[in-house]
Amino acid sequence: MTPRRQPQGGQAPVVQRIRIRYAKRGPLRFTSHRDFARAFERALRRASVPIAFSQGFSPHPKISYASAVPTGVASEAEYLEIGLHTAVDPAELQRALDRALPPGLDVLEAVVARSPGGLPERIEASAWRIELPGVAPDRLGEAVAAFLAAEEILVERLTKQGRRTFDTRAAVVVMSTADTTQAPSEVDGVPCAILDLVVRQVTPSVRPDDILSGLRAVADLPSGPSRATRLAQGELTAHGEIDDPLAVDRDGVPIGGH
Amino acid sequence: MSVATVWPRLEPLLPQVGKPIQYVGGELGAVLKEWDSTQVRWALMYPDAYEVGLPNQGIQILYEVLNELPDVLAERTYAVWPDLEALMRAHGVPQFTVDTHRPVAAFDLLGVSFATELGYTNLLTALDLAGIPLTAAERGAGHPVVLAGGHAAFNPEPIADFIDAAVLGDGEEAVLEITGIVRQWKAEGRPGGRDELLLRLAGTGNVYVPRFYDVEYLPDGRIQRVVPNRPGVPFRVHKRTTMDLDAWPYPRKPLVPLAETVHERYAVEIFRGCTRGCRFCQAGMITRPVRERSITTVGQMVREGLEFSGFSEVGLLSLSSADHSEIGDICSGLAQQYDGTNVSLSLPSTRVDAFNIELAEELSRNGRRTGLTFAPEGGSERIRKVINKMVSEEDLIRTVVTAYTNGWRQVKLYFMCGLPTETDEDVLQIARLAHEVIRAGRAATGSRDIRCTVSIGGFVPKPHTPFQWAPMTPPETIDRRLRLLKQAINADRSLGRAIGYRYHDGEPSLIEALLSRGDRRVGAVIRAVWAAGGRFDGWSEHFSYARWGQAAEAAGVDIGWYTTRERTQAEVLPWDHLDSGLDKDWLWQDWRAALAGYEQDDCRWTPCFDCGVCPAMDTQIQVGPTGRKLLPLTPV
Repeated sequence: MTPRRQPQGGQAPVVQRIRIRYAKRGPLRFTSHRDFARAFERALRRASVPIAFSQGFSPHPKISYASAVPTGVASEAEYLEIGLHTAVDPAELQRALDRALPPGLDVLEAVVARSPGGLPERIEASAWRIELPGVAPDRLGEAVAAFLAAEEILVERLTKQGRRTFDTRAAVVVMSTADTTQAPSEVDGVPCAILDLVVRQVTPSVRPDDILSGLRAVADLPSGPSRATRLAQGELTAHGEIDDPLAVDRDGVPIGGH
Repeated sequence: MSVATVWPRLEPLLPQVGKPIQYVGGELGAVLKEWDSTQVRWALMYPDAYEVGLPNQGIQILYEVLNELPDVLAERTYAVWPDLEALMRAHGVPQFTVDTHRPVAAFDLLGVSFATELGYTNLLTALDLAGIPLTAAERGAGHPVVLAGGHAAFNPEPIADFIDAAVLGDGEEAVLEITGIVRQWKAEGRPGGRDELLLRLAGTGNVYVPRFYDVEYLPDGRIQRVVPNRPGVPFRVHKRTTMDLDAWPYPRKPLVPLAETVHERYAVEIFRGCTRGCRFCQAGMITRPVRERSITTVGQMVREGLEFSGFSEVGLLSLSSADHSEIGDICSGLAQQYDGTNVSLSLPSTRVDAFNIELAEELSRNGRRTGLTFAPEGGSERIRKVINKMVSEEDLIRTVVTAYTNGWRQVKLYFMCGLPTETDEDVLQIARLAHEVIRAGRAATGSRDIRCTVSIGGFVPKPHTPFQWAPMTPPETIDRRLRLLKQAINADRSLGRAIGYRYHDGEPSLIEALLSRGDRRVGAVIRAVWAAGGRFDGWSEHFSYARWGQAAEAAGVDIGWYTTRERTQAEVLPWDHLDSGLDKDWLWQDWRAALAGYEQDDCRWTPCFDCGVCPAMDTQIQVGPTGRKLLPLTPV
C-alpha cells in the first residue's frame, strides 16, 4: 500500500505572536465559544492574516484562547493569542480583524507578545456587571449584605461532569451594587438593579448565574431576566482590582485600544 | 406602516433555550432593509432547524436575487425547536425572521422550500406560531400568501389545504415574476382581494393554486379527475426552468452563520439537471435538461465566494458532479489555484469509475483527504439494470481497489433496499460485493488496514419518476432483508470485521412514501399528527410512527393503499395536472423497460430518447466543453 504523502514543504514557522482583546456584545453574546472560534478563523482568512498552521495531515491555525465567557454572557475582555508566519503591524491587524468580524464581535486591541509565559497564567479573576431589570436597587442591596455576611453559600449546577455542588461565597472578592442611572432597564417605570462583582477563577468555575443562585439562596430576590457582562479579567491586585493582562506586552503604550 | 421587531420580547427567552445563536441572525451576507422603503416583502422559510436550513442553496439564491431589487425585501425564517416553541407560546412571541426579527405574518409572501415531505408538520408549527390560519381557506386579505417550492412541491397535494400556491421548478425567475404580480396588485389598491391575486398568479401557468382545482374521486377511492373550477386557470401547471446558469451566478454573497451548521463551506452548483436516468431518482427526472455552469464562471464564483465568506472548504455540487464536461480542468485548475492555502475542495462523488478517483486525487493535493463514496445503489447486476444504474461488478471492484491502492483506507458504498422487483437474493449480493471488495483490496495493497462502509437507504417511490406506479416494499420486508444482509456480511468474520454497516429503519420511509404520493385526503393526517405534537419528523428522535399510524386510522386513511399498492397505467395520479415536462407515456415505457431489465442511455452522449422535457419546456441541453482553463491566481 502506498503510504499517504506528508503535506509538501510542511508549514511555515511562527515568527510573531500577537495577543488580542475582544468583546462579545449585544445579541452576539449568544455565540458560544465554538461559534466564536469558527467565526474568528474565517475572519483570519477574510482579512488575509498570515496565520501559522500546525504540522500534519490536518493542520490547524495557531490560535489559543485564554478563557471563554459562558454563552449568553457579554464580555468586554476576552483574550486570545495567535501565531503568525509573517510579522505584521498589530494596529493594522486589529482594524482588519475587526472589520472581518460581524458587529458585536469586536476586536478591541492587539499587541505583540513580548513577555514570556502564556495568557492563561495571568488570569486569576474576572470583574462582572449584572443588570437585573425589574429588581428594585434596595432589594438587591439587602441581598448583597446577606451574601457578604455568609460564610459559605452552596449552589448546584449541572456541569459536564454531572451535577455539582460548590461554594459561591469563597470565590467572590468584591460584591457591590452600582449607580442605577448608568444602565436603565429600557422600559420606563421599571427599576433595574446593577450588581458589580470581582470573582476568582476557580474550578468548577463560579459564573454570574451561580452568583445569582447564591443571592437567591440567602435573600428573597425575584427570579427573572438578567444580563451579565464581563468587564475585565486578569491578575488580582491586593486591593481587589484586576490588572490588565496585556500591560506587560504593551510596554505601557496602548496600541489600537479604545 | 412600519413593523416592529419582536426582538425585545424574544431576547429574554433566549438564555433559556438550546443554541440560542441560531435565532439571533447577524450572519455575514445577511441583508437588512428598511421596511417602509420596500413594496414587496418575502419571508423565506426552510422548514427545518437553522443548522440544516441555513446552508440550503435554494433559499440563499432566492434571498440574494430578491434582495437585489431595491423595492423588495426578503428575510429568512426557520423551524424553532420545541424548547423555544413552548416559550414563544407562553409569552405570545410570534414566528419571526432571523434577519430583523419581524413577525412572519406581516410579510406579503411566505415562501417555503420543501426538500423533503417530512417538513410538512414544521410548516404547520410556523403558520400557527405566526398567527396565520392553518388552512388557506381561512386566510384573509391581511395574511401572507403561503407558497411552497422545492422538489416536494411537484406533488403538493397532501398540503393543498395549507398552502395558497405551489411553484414548480427553478425559483430564480419565478420569484421575480411573482414579485412583479404582487407589486402591481398592491399598487392598484389590491383589487379583488386575495382571490384576485391568486387568480393572477395562477394565470402565469407556472403557479399552482390548489383551491382553483376540484378533485373528484371514483367509488374505489382512486382519483377520477382534477379540473379547474375557474375560468382563466390552466388545466396543467408547468415547471420553470432557469436556462444559462452563467447568467445567474448565485449565491455570490453566501450566508456565513455564527452558529454551527451541517455544511460549513462555499457551495457552487456546477450544473443543474441530470440525464443519467436512474429510475428511482426524482431529482434527476424533474430537473432536466442538464445545464452546465462554465468553468470560467465556476472559477470566478469560487474565488469571489471564498474572499467574501472566509470559508475554507469549497463544494462543487450537482447531481453527478464528475459528469461536468470540463470537470477535470475545473478540479486541476482549482487544486492548483489553492495549492498550499489550506483551502479544501470537495466533490460529492458517487460515480463508480477510475476517473472519479483521479478527480479525488487532484482535490486532495493539499493533503486533506475526504472520504470516497461510490453509489452502486443495487446489490445485483439484475437490480442495477432495473434501476438503470449501469455499473458492472467488475467496474465496482476495480474502482474501489484503485482507491485503496491510491492510499484511501476507507471507502463508503451506498445502496438502496426495497427497490421494485427486489428479492432477498438481490440484497444478499451486497454482502458478497462487500466481501469481494475487501478481499481484492487486501490482495492489491498487501495490507489489512482497509475498510468499507455499506450504507443502505430505504427506497421510496416518488412522483414524476418511472417508479411512480411501483408498490413500495413493506417496512417489515425491508427490515427482514437488512437483518439477513447483516448476518451475511458477518458470516465471514475476517472480512466482516472490515465492513461497517449502516441502515435506517423502514418506518419513516413509509410515512415519507405516504406524503410523497399522497393526495389531498392525506392533509387531514398531517394536521392530526401536528395537533398531537408531531414536529421535526425528519429527525429520528422526534419522529413517531405510532403518531402517524393513529392519525391515519382516525382520518380513515389507509397507509398501505397509498404506499404498497401498485398503480395501473390508467390511474389518474394526484400530480398528473402538474407538468414536470416528462411525457407520461415515456415514463410508463421506462417503467415497463425497468421491469424487463432494459437500460436507458444518457442523452448527453447518445441520441434523444424522447423523455419529453425539452420540447414541452422549450429547453435544451447546455453542456461544454468551452475549452477554457482556469489561470493561476495572482495575489493582490
